[in-house]
Amino acid sequence: MKYMLMMNAPRGTGDYGVMKWPAEDLQAHIKFMKRFTKTLADAGELVAAEGLAPPAQARLVRAQSSGAPSVTDGPFAEAKEFLAGYWIVDVDSPARAYEIAAGASAAPGKGGAPLNMPIEVREVMSAPPVEV
Amino acid sequence: MTTPRLDAHAESLLRELAPQVLGSTIRRFKDFAASEDAVQEALAAASAQWPKEGLPENPRGWLIQVATRRMTDVMRSEIARREREDANARTKADPWSKFRAEGTTERDDTLVLLFMCCHPALTASSAIALTLRAVGGLTTSEIANAFLVPESTMAQRISRAKQTVKASRDPFRMPTKREHAQRLSSVLHTLYLVFNEGYTSSAGAALHRVELSSEAIRLMRAIYRRLPHDPEVAGLLALMLLTDARRPARCGPDGELIPLDKQDRQLWNREAIVEGVGLLSRTLSKGAVGPYQLQAAIAAVHDEAATPDDTDWPQILALYTLLERMSENPMVSLNRAIAVAMVQGPAAGLELLDHLESDARITGHYRVDAVRAHLLEKAGDHQAAIAHYTKAAGKTTSIPERDYLLSQATRVK
Repeated sequence: MKYMLMMNAPRGTGDYGVMKWPAEDLQAHIKFMKRFTKTLADAGELVAAEGLAPPAQARLVRAQSSGAPSVTDGPFAEAKEFLAGYWIVDVDSPARAYEIAAGASAAPGKGGAPLNMPIEVREVMSAPPVEV
Repeated sequence: MTTPRLDAHAESLLRELAPQVLGSTIRRFKDFAASEDAVQEALAAASAQWPKEGLPENPRGWLIQVATRRMTDVMRSEIARREREDANARTKADPWSKFRAEGTTERDDTLVLLFMCCHPALTASSAIALTLRAVGGLTTSEIANAFLVPESTMAQRISRAKQTVKASRDPFRMPTKREHAQRLSSVLHTLYLVFNEGYTSSAGAALHRVELSSEAIRLMRAIYRRLPHDPEVAGLLALMLLTDARRPARCGPDGELIPLDKQDRQLWNREAIVEGVGLLSRTLSKGAVGPYQLQAAIAAVHDEAATPDDTDWPQILALYTLLERMSENPMVSLNRAIAVAMVQGPAAGLELLDHLESDARITGHYRVDAVRAHLLEKAGDHQAAIAHYTKAAGKTTSIPERDYLLSQATRVK
């Protein structure tokens, strides 16, 4: 079964808070994330993983009546949080997905202490079950 | 110019020979993981060369030769590496003795390989991946496509699985009598999962996937040829055939699910039904009934009914009752509740559901709501039926299933 693990960042000023961390803390965080994703890949569990550009670069797109895109900048005042990155993993049980999420949650933050940030875990829709 | 491809005959020959060639290579070189890589390369070489040069006179010998050459290269560089690391390597035991040991025999190793690949130390997904590659002769990329994961992920999964098998230090041999039953049951369970994966993914946009159900049936046939007297082996093969027979009728043109009682039974594969029923009646007459045979028997009762109204529900109820005693699976009890409703009326089925819902393993599962909705509809309580169809639709993680449940809710309105 596949799960999407979503890491959210507070909206703040439109840039990620990590950018204001001391360089070594940021380096440690990035190193952790790389190693974390590689561990998933080595375990044969990784389907996809991406980090997203900061919310300041986000655009809101709607179709106009002609179908052409109407593109507006933020700010998206209503959103408290922004998706900062995600993993999609293919695992044998929900418990394993939660275990992986806990691993990501403990990524080191400012000063090297674990962030214990919330990771949203969502099951990916799948094919129908076998009828009996 | 297009690259020539293997024809269907050569393709199936290659897949049939893959485990035999692997068995022979492992027996000679005693290294499961490296032999498996070597055989994959031999299979790839055959796919590239045979279409141009035609089938070799002795395809099995050809493959063994290519795999052996590959293994020899691997061993040579391994020895060279060790020699660099250890100047005394030359005075140690003759490293080439391995190459002279035994030699190839004509024994068929498909079964031994299946027992290795469905090793108890492996998770289900690892066992599935390893089985499809080592026994099924599929490439990593084909397996990755079938499970919709990147090829590198599948490659890692397979390589890890091989390391796990290696670390278990299980020799390449048939399991002992004591291990046999447990190992065979892992093999059957693994192939059952492969079949289900293929069967369920046939709905929706998955046409490019390797036919996992056909692959499971092919491997099941291979086991059946070797263990024709094992009732559960025959039972599972029959179950696969009897279920797969309905596949052509299972989905509508847009991939929407069509339930059993609405399927066009003319589309069912008669040949598969006849074969499955034949297998099943031969095995049932031997006594020793197991869960796969019972599930096959239930599938057979459905398949043999010319119309939904002809379905022998008392027979199905009896079979589910037996199966429930044997399997302790709440899903079986859930299906039994449907059979009870069909025989004794919806009220009796609903009463069973009330008891079932207290089972922690099934509490909150969408199937409970779906079955309840179905039975409520039969009982004429349309408002409650709609509510439960909708509730079930909100809980399922399957898109075709969700669409089906929502359409049920709309239909009752």
